[in-house]
Amino acid sequence: MNKLVQGLLGLTLLFGSTNLLAQEEDMLKLLGEEKPKKERIKYAFKSPRVINGHSMEFLNPGTMDFRILHRFGQLDKGYKNFFGLDQASMRMGFDFGILQNLMVGIGRSTYRKEVDAFLKYAPIRQSTGPWHSPVTLAFVSGITMDGLDWADPTRKNFFTSRLGFYFEAIIGRKFSEAFTLQIVPTMVHQNLVPLETDPNNIYALGVGGRLKLSQRVAFTWDYSHVLIGMPDSGYYHPLSVGFDIETGGHVFQLHFSNATGMNERAFITETTGRWGKAEVRFGFNLSRVFQIKKPKHKE
Amino acid sequence: MNMKQYFLMATAALLLTMTTSAQKYFTKTGRITFDATTSSSPEKIEGVNKTATCVLDTKSGAMQFAVLMKGFLFERALMEEHFNENYVESNKFPKAEFKGSISNNDAVNYSKDGTYTVTVKGKLTMHGVTKDVETTGKLTVTGGKIQAVASFNAMLSDYSVSIPGLVADKVAKTAKIDVVCSLEPLK
Repeated sequence: MNKLVQGLLGLTLLFGSTNLLAQEEDMLKLLGEEKPKKERIKYAFKSPRVINGHSMEFLNPGTMDFRILHRFGQLDKGYKNFFGLDQASMRMGFDFGILQNLMVGIGRSTYRKEVDAFLKYAPIRQSTGPWHSPVTLAFVSGITMDGLDWADPTRKNFFTSRLGFYFEAIIGRKFSEAFTLQIVPTMVHQNLVPLETDPNNIYALGVGGRLKLSQRVAFTWDYSHVLIGMPDSGYYHPLSVGFDIETGGHVFQLHFSNATGMNERAFITETTGRWGKAEVRFGFNLSRVFQIKKPKHKE
Repeated sequence: MNMKQYFLMATAALLLTMTTSAQKYFTKTGRITFDATTSSSPEKIEGVNKTATCVLDTKSGAMQFAVLMKGFLFERALMEEHFNENYVESNKFPKAEFKGSISNNDAVNYSKDGTYTVTVKGKLTMHGVTKDVETTGKLTVTGGKIQAVASFNAMLSDYSVSIPGLVADKVAKTAKIDVVCSLEPLK
């Protein structure tokens, strides 16, 4: 019995001391392995917009994104109009990051002199670690108000006739550093539509994505397929493709799109260009993010 | 020897191992500041990480650091994004590590309160590149705790961190790295 205890003790001491020696190699292991923490997946897109539509990404809290969006005229107008560059339509917007998963924005477009505002909230963000989610789920609710003169001033017009609304769910996933994909079921409601036969509600499914080509350049696309409520003729599904170029402080989004409108109501319900006929516009979005409130770093 | 004596010996041996391991000091809340501001920078380019881990073996003078790159916080969210996404690529290279030792460890009396100037030599791994670094720092021993302070420069191009031409004059080519760690005995 004594021999056994002696032997065991000897072994314990021996291993104890070799352990100490081995620990010289990586002393940090002494502190124990860090427990995996839940960590949010960041930077799925360079900006909170893919091209026209909202992306699964949010502004950081305390920042403001000043966005200037330009769409030139159609390419098929030829050299006389310098392939569309003679005309321009724009939207100027201010987006604000309030919380990690909450942002609001307001903008005004020259197209139909329309003002739009939105609220975007994500109950679930894509993350790693315990209780992680493989996708981000975000909701956007927006309102639009056109500022044109009444089409028919002789009849009784209501202010509410200027209003339109849109609701979106964004389900997105950053699959890898380079590839992000999102699907966006959307509903647009317009209080007043031009024709009695036009539906007030339009349902669409958006598909947007990003493919990073280099550290600072990415290929992006943004497509909405109108499922229900597409007028019989003259309207098409909006498709935009382009490049995000990051220069340090700015993000330039250069793209081609068959849509003129730059808010959800406009580009989903009023896209009249056809890609097949080169009724496509060159456009760019310029985004500059300002830090308006210093972040509170945890002590 | 009888059983009783064995247990006494075992206890003594355990105590001995405990005292030997008390030669190691550690922290998980070391503070590392990364500063790449130049005179022509429009704003301060500074990130602070308060979750650096460090272990110091006072017997051998061996010293080790590890820091999560994502733990560097900047005053501007966009700067933090660029730091992680474009410069240090923290998804690809999540950690920076330093492994080295105090060359003049004999000059430090860890059992006596005081401030000692030390030379630290070792290898720094950052952005997937390992380089030799050497710097002088200060160890302050007070009441069984050690405060370690050091500062050194790291040339960003040495660690294949590329700065695009457009902002080349706004970001320092050499980052100043400050380290402040309050080490406690590791039990």
